[in-house]
Amino acid sequence: MDIVQILLNGIVLGSLYACIAIGFSLVWGVLNVINMLHGSFIILGGYLTFFAWQYFGINPILALPFIATTLFCLGYVLQYFFINKVVTAPVLTTLTLTFGLDMILYNLMTVFFTATPRRVTLDLGTLNIGDLYLPVDRLLGMGLALCLTALLFLVMRVSKIGRAIVAVRMDRQAATLMGIRVNHVYAITFGIGAFMAGAAGAVFSMVFPVTTNLTGVFLGKAFVICVIGGLGSVPGALIGGIALGLIESIAGYTIGPQNAITVGFVLMLVLLVIRPSGIAGVKGYE
Amino acid sequence: MMKSLLHYVALVLWLALIASTPLFADNYTIRIAISLTMFSAMAVSWNFIGGFTGYPSFSTAAFFGIGCYVGAIAQRNGVPLVLAWVLASVFVAVFAALLGAIILRLKGHYFAIGSIAIVEVTRLITSSWGSLTGGGDGLNVPLLQGNPQEVASFVLYVMLSILVLAFCTSIYVDRSKLGFALKCISQNEDAANMVGVNTTVYKIIAYTLSAVFCGTVGAVYASWIGYIDPTDSFSILLTVKVPVMVLLGGAGTVFGPIVGAGAFILLEEVFWANFLEWNRAILGLIIVFLIFFLPNGLLKLDYNRLFKRLINKKARTPRTMDGTS
Repeated sequence: MDIVQILLNGIVLGSLYACIAIGFSLVWGVLNVINMLHGSFIILGGYLTFFAWQYFGINPILALPFIATTLFCLGYVLQYFFINKVVTAPVLTTLTLTFGLDMILYNLMTVFFTATPRRVTLDLGTLNIGDLYLPVDRLLGMGLALCLTALLFLVMRVSKIGRAIVAVRMDRQAATLMGIRVNHVYAITFGIGAFMAGAAGAVFSMVFPVTTNLTGVFLGKAFVICVIGGLGSVPGALIGGIALGLIESIAGYTIGPQNAITVGFVLMLVLLVIRPSGIAGVKGYE
Repeated sequence: MMKSLLHYVALVLWLALIASTPLFADNYTIRIAISLTMFSAMAVSWNFIGGFTGYPSFSTAAFFGIGCYVGAIAQRNGVPLVLAWVLASVFVAVFAALLGAIILRLKGHYFAIGSIAIVEVTRLITSSWGSLTGGGDGLNVPLLQGNPQEVASFVLYVMLSILVLAFCTSIYVDRSKLGFALKCISQNEDAANMVGVNTTVYKIIAYTLSAVFCGTVGAVYASWIGYIDPTDSFSILLTVKVPVMVLLGGAGTVFGPIVGAGAFILLEEVFWANFLEWNRAILGLIIVFLIFFLPNGLLKLDYNRLFKRLINKKARTPRTMDGTS
């Protein structure tokens, strides 16, 4: 295979990965919570997109905003009524709590939707440039993922709520004194995390089959990307995502696809030890 | 002193009850007794790093799985049974000590993520190293000699001895200088380091202790079940279940892990039997309940107060909301 093709595949995959990890990174960076629910949110988004397409014939791109908003509401409620109560507790407590919630959501999904792999088949064909092959649905997925990332970046930069989130992240106490309702901002942040997960799931269901068995895989990717890129910043997640996409693509070609995931994890462990704040991370956010 | 004596008596009675199951119960009950001892032993060992030292370690499943595989591979290559178990324990201990030296530099969230990643990495390597581990097909382990009843009681007594050994180590650690140092680290690591506690060495010891018994349990489990595969041996569910058991009983206490593991396994058994499809959601509900209503575990509940409150509620008419409780 051509080296250009490998790199291109890596970038396409990496943009999708960035979309997966961005919500997770935001929640970890701002709330200091490792959100074990993230993988299930992604699958839920993917499944809802599939059902909307299968039973009501709704185009996935049209369905995406609605599905993502549904997940936003779910995330807001979960954070406001459950996770907020223990948000300042040590990591063991918050991680265990989100894992417990994840077990409930996972079980509900397997019972009501079953674990069948599902995919929205759009049949858009393949784009050939010279001897490069690019499936159009992947390119579409990449475009959507990048748009979503840019949207989140803008929201964090210019909107009032985005500024409030950044303020809470920098100093919770000072933000409270400035009249920011921290609990509400936390819930919004978690909601945005779920929103991005749902949107990522919708995009993924157009490109790859999704099933509940993949929740752990997506969660693992989010871990790796966050550590590579650094926490809580949109560009960090984007860099981390594309880096992981490239690494997996190159490793898959050189040492075999079954070892590609291992390489990502090992790299993450090495990075954790030598540079825990990530390539693009800011030091000092424990 | 009285209270702690009472605890010891209760524990001895509980262990005696478990040990006597082969005398009166059927194989199904013995199987429950084995998983009780197995998880109690793992909970007691997790307590070294998670309870005493306060490090949120989620790598139990990695140690368990490596124990399974080392034991199984050793036995397949003709190493005698008990020696294979010892070999598995030693291997896991060395692995944990080396790993601990690297990963224990991390703190808080990063340590949690790193320790989960260890489970994933070990699982992935086991799956892809087909020539040694059989890959995704799993591995058959030589079966234990004897009829099912004999095998079950043998495994039960081996697991029980591991539990007792882990528990005695836990008592020793709790009372020794090591335990004191670990509690200092748990409260404030920088301060402990400042006053001359060699935090690195103590953390590595705690991490190794938390691993070694899991390795032994894994090796014995592999011999008992007779077949292992990467998904079962290195399961994320196991790696979270064990800390949940300790939290349920009371982290950082000597008896907590055994109480928690006992309560958890018995609850789980009831739910498996009655709500097969919903068991995962119910376990999730238990976790949520635990975090909100039992943050310090069953052992640290003030039972006298709880009891009095119940009595008060019954004695008074329900319409008064006087808050005397």
